[in-house]
Amino acid sequence: MPEGFETVIGLEVHCELSTATKLFCSCANAFGDEPNSNVCPVCLGLPGSLPVLNRRAVEFAIRIGQALGGDIRPSIFHRKNYFYPDMPKDYQISQYDQPISSGGRLALPDGSVVGIVRAHMEEDTGKSTHIGESGRIHGASHSLVDYNRAGVPLVEIVSEPDIRSAEQARLYVSELRAVLVATGASDGRMEEGSLRVDANVSIRPTGTTDLGTRCEVKNLNSLRSLVRAISYEAERQSALIAGGGTVSQQTRHWDEGGGVTQLLRSKEEAYDYRYFPEPDLVPLVPDDSLLSAAAAGVGKMPSERRQSLAELLGVPGEALAAGPVADQAQTVIELDLDGLVIGAVACGADAHLALARAANEGASKAEGARRLDAGTFAGLIKLESGGILSATQSKAVLSVLIDEGGEPAEIARRLGFEAMGQSDLDELVDSVIAANPDEWRRYQEGDDKISGFLLGLVMRQSSGKANGKLVKDTFDLRRHAGTASQG
Amino acid sequence: MPGISIEEVRQVAHLARLQLSDDELSVLQGELSALLEHVARITQLDTEGVPPTAHPLPLFNVLRLDEPRSGLTPAEALAAAPAVDRGRFSVPSILGDAL
Amino acid sequence: MSILDDGVVAIAEAVRTGTVRASDIVDDTLERIDAGDADLHCFLTVMADHARERAAEIDAAVQAGVDPGPLAGVPVALKDNLCTKGTLTTCSSKILGNWVPPYDATVVERLRAAGAIVVGKTNLDEFAMGSSTENSAFGPTRNPWDTSRVPGGSSGGSAAAVAAGFVPLALGSDTGGSIRQPASLCGVVGVKPTYGLVSRYGLIAFASSLDQIGTFASTVEDAALGLEAIAGHDPLDSTSFDRAAPSLVESLFEGVAGMRVGVIDEFAAEVSPSCAAATFAAAEALSAAGAKVERVSVPEVLHGLAAYYVIAPAEASSNLARYDGVRYGLRVDAPDVATMNALTRGAGFGLEVRRRIMIGTYALSAGYYDEYYGQAQRVRTLVARAFERAYRDFDVLLAPMTPSVAFAFGEKTKNPLDMYVSDVCAVPSNLAGHPAVSVPFALGEADMPVGVQVLAPALGEAVMLRTAMALETAAPRNARAPIVGRDPRPRPLATEGAIDA
Ligand SMILES: [Mg+2]
Ligand SMILES: [Zn+2]
Repeated sequence: MPEGFETVIGLEVHCELSTATKLFCSCANAFGDEPNSNVCPVCLGLPGSLPVLNRRAVEFAIRIGQALGGDIRPSIFHRKNYFYPDMPKDYQISQYDQPISSGGRLALPDGSVVGIVRAHMEEDTGKSTHIGESGRIHGASHSLVDYNRAGVPLVEIVSEPDIRSAEQARLYVSELRAVLVATGASDGRMEEGSLRVDANVSIRPTGTTDLGTRCEVKNLNSLRSLVRAISYEAERQSALIAGGGTVSQQTRHWDEGGGVTQLLRSKEEAYDYRYFPEPDLVPLVPDDSLLSAAAAGVGKMPSERRQSLAELLGVPGEALAAGPVADQAQTVIELDLDGLVIGAVACGADAHLALARAANEGASKAEGARRLDAGTFAGLIKLESGGILSATQSKAVLSVLIDEGGEPAEIARRLGFEAMGQSDLDELVDSVIAANPDEWRRYQEGDDKISGFLLGLVMRQSSGKANGKLVKDTFDLRRHAGTASQG
Repeated sequence: MPGISIEEVRQVAHLARLQLSDDELSVLQGELSALLEHVARITQLDTEGVPPTAHPLPLFNVLRLDEPRSGLTPAEALAAAPAVDRGRFSVPSILGDAL
Repeated sequence: MSILDDGVVAIAEAVRTGTVRASDIVDDTLERIDAGDADLHCFLTVMADHARERAAEIDAAVQAGVDPGPLAGVPVALKDNLCTKGTLTTCSSKILGNWVPPYDATVVERLRAAGAIVVGKTNLDEFAMGSSTENSAFGPTRNPWDTSRVPGGSSGGSAAAVAAGFVPLALGSDTGGSIRQPASLCGVVGVKPTYGLVSRYGLIAFASSLDQIGTFASTVEDAALGLEAIAGHDPLDSTSFDRAAPSLVESLFEGVAGMRVGVIDEFAAEVSPSCAAATFAAAEALSAAGAKVERVSVPEVLHGLAAYYVIAPAEASSNLARYDGVRYGLRVDAPDVATMNALTRGAGFGLEVRRRIMIGTYALSAGYYDEYYGQAQRVRTLVARAFERAYRDFDVLLAPMTPSVAFAFGEKTKNPLDMYVSDVCAVPSNLAGHPAVSVPFALGEADMPVGVQVLAPALGEAVMLRTAMALETAAPRNARAPIVGRDPRPRPLATEGAIDA
């Protein structure tokens, strides 16, 4: 970015809803089935077929709007007309000037706030596979269309151009994803296309308020491509300006393999969508029955969950914006393990240790970890913090606990994890000192780098049964003793 | 007076994805201009404050339960397709035209 | 003579009581079609095997003591824009020339449930766009009264099939008069119900906010019975009224004594003297039957045509986008998909369809939306409000149906506007979503039939058909089809019914 310029980003996030059926027909909303097996006259756009709106999809859309602080209003559907082979009717039923939710905001973990323009409902398109040497759309000899995804319910969330960096964009999408999962409206699986992002990117002199000419970048299907594409596009535009040129309004396609954005359409070729009210559907008025059905079953929002964890850890909320603890907190929230941590702390477990075990070992077996009893988990954490189990032993017990259930102490016994007695430990430490006189001398002279080596030897020779903290204490005792005797 | 230029006719044909010959385009230019002239009588009407009617019905909230039902088999879905490949509808190259 | 000429009510009664076999009725129908349709070209597809199988099923049911339903054994013809599972459904278009739907329209299922027998698919103006059936890609239908004349359109095949006596009942669709205008030109009864009364599921869309399915028959009672069978809520159509099908036949014979009838002033100047005169004669007949008849001015109806010719093409341009050569129908090959779409659509759509797609695309495009589409929708509100006003004082309204009797082939094909004007009296009902019916009432120029239109407020079918029944009672019999056995052309009317230009 040249000196004195800033990037201005607005995001459009398409979120597939976790309904059982499609938006306008009773076909299954399922991912990964045999091509063209979840289709009917309606979602194939057969002549004579008509759409009927899915009640559950409306409830989900209302939930999303409410979670983002939007205003839930009477709305109607429009037709967005353009030709594309994966769109069965050659128009998309979408919401236009009267969306189900208007306005709102999303507070990000770093304390910034991004305004929301609207959240509206629309139907998804089918999926094209491009056949040819490149496997990409450019240079394909022909394309194959599967309409299983056609008609899957989407909510499109349009942000204000409030985002200023690729990193903030990543944070926005990841927070939005957590919100969507919390509402129960989406599974948030970006790798399956449940969440797809288009980015409007422009640059302008810092401190000015007018928006620069923007380019819309499509096909951002992971957080990684989002960050890369925005960075690339901002660089591309600043290079243009730095070279004395101007940015022209375009729609561009992110090429993940090439790591570049490519021109799809210029402003002149932009579609004229000819929006008009969808005559096959009637207006939608959020009444009490829809609103109360929408409110039921909404989970806690990620911001509230972060706040609860921060209180538990005794740190200010902002501490959870960045750093290792923040990452652990984000992980347990995303994996829905924060409840386990909170429950364990209520049973007397150490908060930081419970968080660390849940975010690391728990995360690798998240599904099983979510079934853990908080009291049992607390029991394990207490064994570890009390020095009965070493970290290594504690992790091993947790793994068995998740897989098979049971009592931590009993599992530890079964695994032979009797904590090493102090006399055994003294013996082991002394034998290590005897076998490594040079290293021990350096340790005594205050070379702290060598302590890890000696500690590691003891841990290894104890087969992980020794408690690391006690080993360190024992070495230190020996050093003080040695110093004393020498002096 | 509303009229429509040959360039506009060409542009509209492109929007509508209709391949038309130059002769057809110029015949349409005349016909569309005449039609627009006829239709223009309503553009003169004073409709200040009159709401649009998109729909003749006073209905709202027509919704269906989120319960799956079986639709067509892949064979039925593909039966009328002009070209099929690997269980999918086959179309010529999409080019960089759209996404 | 065949029981076919006794109509729907008589046939169903005879089949249900076992007096006549459905199989014999189907044989009669197929024979008549076989003998007469080469001249008239009402049918695009005759479903002989299907009809015989259905008839056998119905006869077996009757034998077994099971009631096949209110339309037992009644042969029905369907406009070829109604989807029939396993049977070609073409909309009279090359672009759908080979299309076999994998599903039945809701009305087809309803007819079946009522015991009716679908015998074939009838000709129409391509995608229901036209008023003469000359726009069919498969050749026009001829008017049974005079084969040098058009039957009207777009449901010309269905109207002519009933007029010719091939079938006692047929379904059509009415977007801007496409049932009522051909009914008038063919001397049969044609009903366009309230928008939302009959499910549109399986009706291939022309203009979705205007399209409505309705019935053709020789008599008001037959048309009403057919309508009862197909009406009622359908969860597959979001714009279908959530209420039970109305009883229409029940009150049909209650007469019009005390009914308030308004005769719309504005249309008289838009139609030929014979058509205007038929309307005034109808008003007199109702008055004589005890109705309170007055003239009423509803000036906004004259803006209907222009609003219609913006709204209908606009919706059509979107509804017809799906014919792109990808999933079904015609494909003209090309190296890229956009060119394939354009070549397919250029080759597959006829002239009138292309014209309407163009005008509709233009009206919706950036910069013109508000001037055309937006304004047409506001005018639509004005038309609906004008009717609302009139129905404060009147139970039903009376109007001419068509500007003229059936015209000759080619007479109105030179200038599209000439053809569009045929719909002037019809479109206001579609814009308002109200029901209307055309009843044969007189013979006009060249002894061709002239229909009169009865309009009613939303869901006012019962009172509307009661009025139509009173008109039918008063009308001379020779103004009404079927024309089977007429030799070779209908004779001029006796003096009191004849209206001369
Ligand atoms: Mg969208
Ligand atoms: Zn479907």
